[in-house]
Amino acid sequence: MSSLERADVARLAALARIDMTDEDLDRLGGQLNAIVDSVAKVQEVAGEDVPATSHPIPMSNVHRPDEVRPSLSQDAALSGAPEAEDGRFRVPQILGEEA
Amino acid sequence: MTTMTYEQAMEQFDPVFGIEVHVELNTATKMFCGCANEFGAEPNTQVCPVCLGLPGSMPVTNQKAVESAIRLGLSLGCSIRESSRFARKNYFYPDLAKDYQISQYDEPTCFEGSLDVVLDDGEVVTVGIERAHMEEDAGKNTHKGGTGGIQGADYSLVDYNRGGVPLVEIVTKPITGMGARTAEVARAYVATIRDIVKALGISDGRMEQGSVRADVNLSLRPRAVAGESQDDVPFGKRSETKNVNSLRAIERAIHHEAARQAGLLLAGQPVIQETRHWHEDTGSTTPGRSKEEAEDYRYFPEPDLLPVEPSRAWVEELRGTIPEHPAKMRARLKEEWGFSDTDIRDAVNADALSLIADTVAAGAAPQAARKWWMGELARTANDREVALASLPVTPAQVAELQGLVDAGTINDKLARQALEGVLAGEGSPREVVESRGLEVVSDDSALEAAVDEALAAQPDVLAKIQDGKVQAAGAIVGAVMKATRGQADAGRVREIILQRAGVEG
Repeated sequence: MSSLERADVARLAALARIDMTDEDLDRLGGQLNAIVDSVAKVQEVAGEDVPATSHPIPMSNVHRPDEVRPSLSQDAALSGAPEAEDGRFRVPQILGEEA
Repeated sequence: MTTMTYEQAMEQFDPVFGIEVHVELNTATKMFCGCANEFGAEPNTQVCPVCLGLPGSMPVTNQKAVESAIRLGLSLGCSIRESSRFARKNYFYPDLAKDYQISQYDEPTCFEGSLDVVLDDGEVVTVGIERAHMEEDAGKNTHKGGTGGIQGADYSLVDYNRGGVPLVEIVTKPITGMGARTAEVARAYVATIRDIVKALGISDGRMEQGSVRADVNLSLRPRAVAGESQDDVPFGKRSETKNVNSLRAIERAIHHEAARQAGLLLAGQPVIQETRHWHEDTGSTTPGRSKEEAEDYRYFPEPDLLPVEPSRAWVEELRGTIPEHPAKMRARLKEEWGFSDTDIRDAVNADALSLIADTVAAGAAPQAARKWWMGELARTANDREVALASLPVTPAQVAELQGLVDAGTINDKLARQALEGVLAGEGSPREVVESRGLEVVSDDSALEAAVDEALAAQPDVLAKIQDGKVQAAGAIVGAVMKATRGQADAGRVREIILQRAGVEG
């Protein structure tokens, strides 16, 4: 069985931008391991001949014609934003580099 | 660190490079929702729950974008996967409202292609294409406070109008063995992609507006020693220079990166595998995020979108719509039309090549077609600040106009007036000639009267002509043209003048 180290959990938390205390890491690290172990059981029954499934419904090629539909108004678009300025969403200082 | 020039760097090391090009498609709507894909609207007015990533909203692929991506892939000689999926690329940055970008990962729609790139001296380099996949563009950040850059900004403002606009990302295989021609090949490759997307009509191809953007990967490895194959020398650590957005900048960025990396290597320092930012003003790059950290995108199959499985019949139908390779078409037309290199290059740069071709197809002589599109019409487009193709005149109308000149119905000057009428929406060239009364005066008696009047007004000129100075007739021709408001056939007027003067032409 695979197991998540404490450092793995800390890294996942950092990637997901979730603040976690030392106690959180210990507690949730254990819980995550239980989840990973449970999911891993599937591997015992799914042999090499069973492909990984990402889309269980046998459908494909559901497209949309390239026709413009009405958008939201600027006011409506910004209505759920904690802060807005000049018709734009205002977000806190971005740390790190431009993506 | 040792300072090196590009040429020195390329002499000492073997360069390996790769390019990622992002092409913004010119579909009417976004990749996964019906919001308009149009540049320049008021901020956050082309957004909806899907492209704002609001809970419960579901994306649906744009059929036209899929079609454009497949046509582009086919133009790059790619295979089209029978079944491909979208994937989520997770990262946190406010230009993505969902905190992930919908892209393609392990199953891109187009893969394994190759593209012939023609260099300035005619040499052909074949560039291997790894993949071409569909994804969505991000929104636009404006940083506030500090110096306006991201560093030291107090906060940022986000406009999601561009978020969700369809992109195709084209990734090359590593390109080796180009030596000092590396920068030139990179530039020619991106220029060829730009020409192809324009020929396909799937993007406006305007680099200055960001419709075609390039990221340049470059690494240097030692030159093979005697008895060793260069192919056996492992690649060096690479840098990825982001957002190099003009053809000239691509060359400059490669010059700079090659010299920088060579300087480090010769000083015994490591090149760090990282993303670097291109600075147009200084012609240099600075480090961005380190690659190891940035690449943990935790891709997984996008559960909200169904697989794309283009039927082979559809793919073949699309293959039938692929235009000729731009470089080959240029060479062919140059030959067929008897154009000079400059004629062709100017026509390409002005986006006039297909317009000239259509005008020729409608019956005009190539040089005449070129003269209209590159002269009068190019000036008008420039004055109106619009693209040549969007002027309200068709190639068929230009051919019709030239036909009227060839038939002697109008002369060049009247033709320009007729064209003015066409551009003003007064109808076809023939209709404008009729409604404005622009036909040349071909009635000899009217011309003879005008010539006699002009000769009588300038008796000294008549004497000169009779004295053998035939070129003096020009003054009389001018006077007659003026009297007939340009509607006379200058050649015929000249004949009549010489006849009246009693000399042979």
